[in-house]
Amino acid sequence: MTNSQSTTQSSTPATPVASGEPERIRKVLVPQQDRPAPASALTACVAYGWRALLKIKHLPEQLIDVTIFPVMMTLMFTFIFGGAIGGSVDNYVQFLIPGIFVQTLIMITMYTGLTLNRDFSKGVFDRFRSLPVWRPAQLVGALLGDQIRYLLAGTIILTVGFFLGFRPEGGLTGVLAAFALLLVFSFSLSWVWTAVSLAVRTEQAAMGVSMFVMMPLVFASNIFVDPSTMPTWLQRAVEVNPVSIVVTTIREMMAGTYSLSSLGLVALCCGVLIVIFGPVSMFMYNRKS
Amino acid sequence: MTTDIPAVETQGLVKKFGDTAAVDGVDLSISQGGIYGVLGPNGAGKTTVMRMLATLLRPDAGEAKVLGHDVYTEPQAIREKIALTGQFASLDEDLTGIENMILLGRLLGYKHRIARKRGMDLLEAFGLTKAANRPVKKYSGGMRRRLDIAGSLIVTPQLMFLDEPTTGIDPRSRNQVWDIIRTLVDGGTTILLTTQYLEEADQLADRIAVIDHGTVVAEGTPGQLKAEVGSGALRVRLHDVSARDQAVELLRREGTPVTPEADPAALTVQVQHSADVTHTLESLAHASIEVASFSYGQPSLDEVFLTLTGTASTPHSDSAPEVGAP
Ligand SMILES: Nc1ncnc2c1ncn2[C@@H]1O[C@H](COP(=O)(O)OP(=O)(O)OP(=O)(O)O)[C@@H](O)[C@H]1O
Ligand SMILES: [Mg+2]
Repeated sequence: MTNSQSTTQSSTPATPVASGEPERIRKVLVPQQDRPAPASALTACVAYGWRALLKIKHLPEQLIDVTIFPVMMTLMFTFIFGGAIGGSVDNYVQFLIPGIFVQTLIMITMYTGLTLNRDFSKGVFDRFRSLPVWRPAQLVGALLGDQIRYLLAGTIILTVGFFLGFRPEGGLTGVLAAFALLLVFSFSLSWVWTAVSLAVRTEQAAMGVSMFVMMPLVFASNIFVDPSTMPTWLQRAVEVNPVSIVVTTIREMMAGTYSLSSLGLVALCCGVLIVIFGPVSMFMYNRKS
Repeated sequence: MTTDIPAVETQGLVKKFGDTAAVDGVDLSISQGGIYGVLGPNGAGKTTVMRMLATLLRPDAGEAKVLGHDVYTEPQAIREKIALTGQFASLDEDLTGIENMILLGRLLGYKHRIARKRGMDLLEAFGLTKAANRPVKKYSGGMRRRLDIAGSLIVTPQLMFLDEPTTGIDPRSRNQVWDIIRTLVDGGTTILLTTQYLEEADQLADRIAVIDHGTVVAEGTPGQLKAEVGSGALRVRLHDVSARDQAVELLRREGTPVTPEADPAALTVQVQHSADVTHTLESLAHASIEVASFSYGQPSLDEVFLTLTGTASTPHSDSAPEVGAP
């Protein structure tokens, strides 16, 4: 066991090839008629999801965005604005945590689009598209794999919130239910960024467009402040902002109340996002060259 | 297996990017079995043709059938029979060698465990076992190429596209890749290969299409292409440097096309038939001009290319800017 580490670290190039290589290759080829039926759409999505998880494993540094950033946001907003906006830090935490929870996750959904945009410029994209599987599986799989990132970021926010004194009345059940709903909304929303990433050429452009859409949605919402202090026209805008609708529902669930109308509205938002941006993304993906 | 269906059949294939026609009316007819080479300089349209045939890019005009299936209406059927090894490594750089193989294996329909087994077997056959758990971005160019080809063999394709399989790798790796390609053909796979190297096409391909500026400028076996260019060349080196002028004058008088070479004792004679060779040598002997050595050969593909396209086989110095990555 003493030298076992050195074998994996070895940087010697591939073994020099003996003249027997053609023979060895001939042996591992399977006859054309023995090939299995290609993966079903579902299996393909799972395989691509596995790929997304491997990427997280191999490039853990990309998790910095989803770990450090949420902690920073929570602490900053709590202590800088807590006194001013909520009266006291303790009161404000109860109001802010569900909001920042939503904000963080939907901000992270943008990275899904950016990652895909990077993927499309690589040679492996051609390989994937030459395979006999349901093409959009690459998109769906990537979005499914990203659920892990959302899960991680969300857990971090809630943990930090707990230490800051966040004690939702709905208890663990309410929090978990809210979490599940937010994951569904994030999945739906990420189709928007998928479409954006397919429509623009570069990663920078994708980032620019995403930010442009995201910023008003996040700030013209009820995440940080109660809209009753806003001018009437802005209140209207905040009310119809889907982000506000989601935040309201998440706050309700964490507080232990489940309102059918709120849930219905969120479901409607999710449905609309998927129905519009899903097919648009898939169409553009198929036409992408 | 039905080998009478052509592997590839295209008529007037066109693809435009903006105003420039990358492919401008390509007709190809490639039968199954063997290696078909598409030869052309940078920007000739090789990759674009291949991507249309592999159903990655929709042609703007023209007809194309791959293994009997229409590229417009039956892309799925085509994808079930082909494998593509792109010009730029078609692998996930962040994943390890074996992870790449497992991913492809699963997409091609194997269960995880079998996909891993298949992957390990292939890596071993390609001499990549030691690198199996290393991310592909740490592979050398030669190793990447091998892994890339291995990835196309998880299931055996009926038609395999290889886009410039040996560009940028050293001569030893290049010879290995050639051996691999020949092995695949023996296994019944048809290979469509693009290359910028005349030697590669000459060594590997059974037939060659020479393309330039998006059109096929010549097609045939390497031998036919050489014949199309016309003559072979007889190179004669004289024993006595001072006799060369006399020899050139003598042969010209007989109507033989002759050019003196940079070497002051050498000259080259363009010949149509091998009989011309003996005739030339006899004439020189009659005039008591001593020959030190001579060689006779068919023209190289370099010369073929020069004759067919009017340019040497060097990259085009196009004024049109290269737009974007493919
Ligand atoms: N996606 C694209 N968008 C715009 N132009 C493109 C695209 N792909 C190729 N082209 C252009 O089409 C022409 C043919 O390109 P192609 O890649 O087919 O050539 P090639 O023969 O493969 O060249 P090389 O030997 O350099 O790989 C080039 O002028 C190239 O700039
Ligand atoms: Mg090319």
